[in-house]
Amino acid sequence: MTGPDTRPALTETLSSPRRRERGRGPLTAFGFLLPALVLFVVLVLGPVLLSVYFSFYKWNGLGGLPQNFIGFDNFTRLWNSDIFQGDLRHGGILLLLSLCLQLPFSLGIAVLLNQKIRGRAFYRLLFFIPYILSEAVTGVLFTLVMSPDIGLANTLLRDLGLPEWTWLSEPSSVLFSLFLVISWKYFGFHTIIYLAGLQGIPKELQEAARIDGAGNWEVFRHVTLPLLAPTIRISVFLSVIGSIQLFDLVYIMTGGGPAHSSETMAVSMVDYGVRRTQVGYSSAISVVMFLISLLFALGYQRFVMRRDLEGATTTTGNLR
Amino acid sequence: MLSRRSVVALTASALLLGACGTSNDNGSNSNASSGPKKVTFEYYNLSTAEPMKSFWADAIKAYTAQHPNVTIKNISIENDQYKPKIATLTQSGKAPDLFATWGGGVLKQQIDAGLVKDLSGDLSGIIPNFTTASLAAYQFDGKTYGVPTDIGMVGFWYNKKLFEKAGISQSPTTWTEFLDDVKKLKAAGITPIALAGKAKWPGHYYWAYLAMRIAGLGALQQASTTHDFTGPDFVAAGQQLKALVDLDPFQKGFLNADYSTPDGQAATMGKGKAAMELMGQWAPSVEKDSGGGIGGDLGFFTFPMVDGGKGSPTDAFGGGGGLSVGAQAPPEVIDFVKFALSEAEHSKAVKVGGVLPVLKGEESAVTDPNTKVVAENLLQSTGFQLYLDQAYPPAVGQEVNDSVAQLIAGKFTPDQVAKQITDTAKNEAE
Repeated sequence: MTGPDTRPALTETLSSPRRRERGRGPLTAFGFLLPALVLFVVLVLGPVLLSVYFSFYKWNGLGGLPQNFIGFDNFTRLWNSDIFQGDLRHGGILLLLSLCLQLPFSLGIAVLLNQKIRGRAFYRLLFFIPYILSEAVTGVLFTLVMSPDIGLANTLLRDLGLPEWTWLSEPSSVLFSLFLVISWKYFGFHTIIYLAGLQGIPKELQEAARIDGAGNWEVFRHVTLPLLAPTIRISVFLSVIGSIQLFDLVYIMTGGGPAHSSETMAVSMVDYGVRRTQVGYSSAISVVMFLISLLFALGYQRFVMRRDLEGATTTTGNLR
Repeated sequence: MLSRRSVVALTASALLLGACGTSNDNGSNSNASSGPKKVTFEYYNLSTAEPMKSFWADAIKAYTAQHPNVTIKNISIENDQYKPKIATLTQSGKAPDLFATWGGGVLKQQIDAGLVKDLSGDLSGIIPNFTTASLAAYQFDGKTYGVPTDIGMVGFWYNKKLFEKAGISQSPTTWTEFLDDVKKLKAAGITPIALAGKAKWPGHYYWAYLAMRIAGLGALQQASTTHDFTGPDFVAAGQQLKALVDLDPFQKGFLNADYSTPDGQAATMGKGKAAMELMGQWAPSVEKDSGGGIGGDLGFFTFPMVDGGKGSPTDAFGGGGGLSVGAQAPPEVIDFVKFALSEAEHSKAVKVGGVLPVLKGEESAVTDPNTKVVAENLLQSTGFQLYLDQAYPPAVGQEVNDSVAQLIAGKFTPDQVAKQITDTAKNEAE
């Protein structure tokens, strides 16, 4: 858009005959890929396949390999389990809240921070700090803040003359309290992503829209938002995967309770695998979690992010 | 033919792989220097609260001073994190060299997997020194797989001042009296009971004790072999617990309260904010550690009798704690156990009120009034049941904890509790 297009020249250099011949054999590629490949097989593919294998056995994880083959029993038990159905429900509720409240909120903050205001860098840093904290620290911190009697939250409410809230200690309020903490921790991350996206939008387009008589909202709705769509799609994707795998915060703050009302799939998996030493059943949970993540990831990339990914592929093609 | 570049790339990846594959065994490394060979072993325990925290630190210091070639890694983990930690370690195929255990079905599972050393031979010299009751949880098929450091029982620890304030002059001996006292405490604006709903295991004490009082110890022991907890007496135990829960006797927000955190069950009791808790012999020290403690106001009474129940009011429920040794542990571990559990050493822990006597004739070392009252009640007990979540295999024990927690949260009926436990026990036994 600015200056002459330099791409043909670049392509020429990269694909000049001399460069192409040197060390481009499949063996070289394999050699470079080998370390990553081995790590992938040992640390990702291996455990996944082992989990699938374990999930067909009744096994407490102790002493040698599992012996008691029970077919799909673990999966039928999972299907009929109130706890697991609850896990899916809680994950869904948290995801919905994230998509409908947390992400729009992050976007709003990002739009504000994209304007020229005093102390912009400071606010960006401030909002990003929660994301830097580890989940364990956040969990312990908010367990104390939300403690019913001595916690900061209820003390503040008391001092302001407002009624106290049950926060984490009642099934009715625990999910929303967790959502508040999750949002506190992650909105800064999404804000930064959006901010990066916003800064990639050329000012000329917004100016052009304004000259055509568009107001603030129209510029946002018809120029900014469509151009930000790839960023939003990525942010939604990360949100969904995060919800499916939600563990640390929940495990530390509530352990899935009270009465399993905030339990997620990952918490169930650890509870059955470690506390109850039902490793077979717990593996079945992990397999289902994996399948849900995989199907979502594939489906989302195929149908939602197709355009974004095509862009990436085209670029590589050009270079070649 | 391989080009030079390919060779370099392959070599580089091979080197990287080699680096990944290097494993070093730090578990028990030996050194070929002069003198006795250097030994390092790990001791996993849950003595994070005083006075036992210092007791173990001192014992290790004293032992390693005598045996400079031995290094003991003292790994103390808080109770509710300790259990999953040991489970993960044992699932990796190796038990720690020395670790704290409660015995029972959990230990049995580790023994069956060949992870725990049979101590019958190595410790034959000191095993007869222990009282029979304290050893029971660690013995299977005539073999001893652990030695006790503590033995005690669960009972109600209560705040005498708060009881007085509510006009209660005598501690309750029957369940009806107990429920009346709870009502009196509530009427006086006092939180009757502190409970850690999040930790789950403190709740199971109520159901287990009620089952022992109503169905009787024999029936409970029988149920653990027939895997059938659906009898009317077990349902009745759930109903009585529900009668208590319906009085709303627990502190605010108890459902997400932990046991030993600054706002947990022990702290609530230790700050004088609740009138009682159902807890084991360690309660006074944890109350002090996390909530300051209530000193001389603390009293103890045994779990009340339920009218018409088949059990005996002197049957005790509880346990202690012991030490087991990993199958591949170096011999020095055994030597350390002999040292720490010698009367000279162990009675120090009894003196400071950290544990109860486990050695014959050690009773004279008891000076702490709280330790004394538990020791006396234990001495008079006519029967004993180990904590259900340790006596049964983990799957069943945790189901007991979880189902009872569901009942306390109002999600399960007494029938559902009995059915859930039975289903899991039957499934586990298949």
